[in-house]
Amino acid sequence: MGHSAPKIATIEGITQEIEAILGSMLVETVDHADELSFTVLRDALPQAMTLLRDRAQYQQLMEIAGVDYPDRPERFEVAYHLLSVTRNHRIRVKVSTDEDLPVPTVTHIWPVAGWLEREVFDMYGVVFEGNTDLRRILTDYGFKGHPQRKDFPLTGYVELRYSEEDKRVVYEPVKLAQDFRSFDFMSPWEGAEYILPGDEKAKGEAPGAPTPAAPAAFTPKTTEKKADTGAGEAANKASQVKSADAPAKPASATDEGKGAAKPEDKA
Amino acid sequence: MADYLEKLDHHTDAADPTYGDTEIQNYTINFGPQHPAAHGVLRLVMELEGEIVERCDPHVGLLHRGTEKLIEYKTYLQALPYFDRLDYCSPLGMEHSYVLAIEKLLNLEVPLRAQYLRVFFAELTRICNHMLNLGSHVMDVGAMTPNLWLFEIREDCLNFFERASGARMHSAYFRPGGVHQDVPLKLLTDIADWLDGRLPRLFEDAISLVADNRIFKQRNVDIAIVSKEDALKWGFSGPMLRGSGIAWDIRKAQPYDVYDRVDFDVPVGTQYDCYDRFMVRVEEVRQSVRIMKQCLNDMPEGPIASFDRKVVPPKRGEMKRSMEALIHHFKLYTEGFHVPAGEVYVATESPKGEFGVYLVADGSNKPYRCKIRPTAFSHLQAMDFMMKGHMLADVTAVLGSMDIVFGECDR
Repeated sequence: MGHSAPKIATIEGITQEIEAILGSMLVETVDHADELSFTVLRDALPQAMTLLRDRAQYQQLMEIAGVDYPDRPERFEVAYHLLSVTRNHRIRVKVSTDEDLPVPTVTHIWPVAGWLEREVFDMYGVVFEGNTDLRRILTDYGFKGHPQRKDFPLTGYVELRYSEEDKRVVYEPVKLAQDFRSFDFMSPWEGAEYILPGDEKAKGEAPGAPTPAAPAAFTPKTTEKKADTGAGEAANKASQVKSADAPAKPASATDEGKGAAKPEDKA
Repeated sequence: MADYLEKLDHHTDAADPTYGDTEIQNYTINFGPQHPAAHGVLRLVMELEGEIVERCDPHVGLLHRGTEKLIEYKTYLQALPYFDRLDYCSPLGMEHSYVLAIEKLLNLEVPLRAQYLRVFFAELTRICNHMLNLGSHVMDVGAMTPNLWLFEIREDCLNFFERASGARMHSAYFRPGGVHQDVPLKLLTDIADWLDGRLPRLFEDAISLVADNRIFKQRNVDIAIVSKEDALKWGFSGPMLRGSGIAWDIRKAQPYDVYDRVDFDVPVGTQYDCYDRFMVRVEEVRQSVRIMKQCLNDMPEGPIASFDRKVVPPKRGEMKRSMEALIHHFKLYTEGFHVPAGEVYVATESPKGEFGVYLVADGSNKPYRCKIRPTAFSHLQAMDFMMKGHMLADVTAVLGSMDIVFGECDR
């Protein structure tokens, strides 16, 4: 039976139909979890959207969502969610961009895109070319930065309080009483990307038990000078004191040590 | 007398046709952010010509709490209570989208009783939400009594939520895989009695005061008419879309949980104005009662959450006897469960419209991205074109008919 999320009937041949409509504008089609995503060329977005609305009957733009993938060459992905109330179907159209490359606006196709684009601009800093009202929308008046980017800290940079001296609200750098803690629960055998402390030697090996390396040819460890041994000069005289049950040595050898205990039988 | 007339003679239209004409400038007024009819913290910058609204620029974001950012740093289960706090007037409607999105990514099957319980409480939430909205709408246009009566019903709803989950508003009752705990039989029988007696009596009494009231109709009929085309273009959903005559209800079109097993009607408007949107919500309350009664009839006995122990924690009693259950409990409440990589957009029919969750998972125990699609965002954006040419006093009627809560709009 599977999950009980909204059941959307798959329309026979919808993927081919939309691929034919988008033609050369299409970059990639993904069919995952019964949802269709079409990545299109950024510059062809308004044309693709107009075709989808007029020829494929996707009348409504429900949502524009930005996603940040800092590792990609074009780090931002903007996902448009379309709904057809006549065919009872949803699709997702995506474009990718970065901090500088503008995405063409779709406000002339759906006026609702105005605020949705403003939100993506506010949260990610994606610029929408042609949107005449690209102001910040959710963040504070005079806010700096784009909070949904992955490199923006969760705590932000400033905090505000009412200052009794200045009789107004003042902005100050964030001071945390306790350091921000974010635990990584990724198990080493479930695909952790980083090297665990003390595990540097395991690099490059398959996950799981490390395969033992082939034994190297035995070479005795030698030291050229005393300094190479790592043992420094004796720090104090007491270190030269021999214990009572130390093996007896010739008297000539022990005479030098002034404080050395003499074996009993020698006396 | 003669000299007075002579004096007047030089100050009439006959002498000077521009006499009495003064240059009137449009003036800009600020509505809110603290205004009882703003339904929260909404700032409207309005340009008026006389009493006619020429332009209306809503400023939102005064309640922005960074929910989406916070969710990225929480496990899937820890992120759930944030959804209660989005639309604090219909908390379970928000949770519904989120748990369904997780279940879709996990492809997790939910037991039938849990699905019925979810639909049952989602509809109770709808009643609860509409009581607040209908009441405040009539109060915004001048009537006091219906609001007080409708709040009686809302209070009953909140008591039922408390008996089911322990919390009046922020229930955190829907969980990935089912619901948190089973409800006692007495609660279900009490709700059944309430659906038969107290709710229809209070509700129909209160609505009878306004539905045919001359003043209420004068304030709402033919105010802010939205055509079908405009409603689609501006991304309307829920009662706003149905008020514009489009019979679109996600519960019918794309049924989730057991909505395909219950029978209900979808009301639509005919005049597309504020009054229609009000009456659509009134009828939705009656349909919700119908759905809830069917749920009570058809709800089977059985488990209330999935038995997949990698997602749903075991019960306390089981933990006392089973080491494995103890380990599962510990792992689920510290590390949480991992969701396979993928992305879904799950939208449900919340009391205010289409509430969607766009969930991007990367295979870890935390959402990579959780975009929340609020209903109020697109509705409020249409404020400018809906208000154009209307009187200042209509602002409250239009706002009331939109049903906006800022916890959800600003996130």
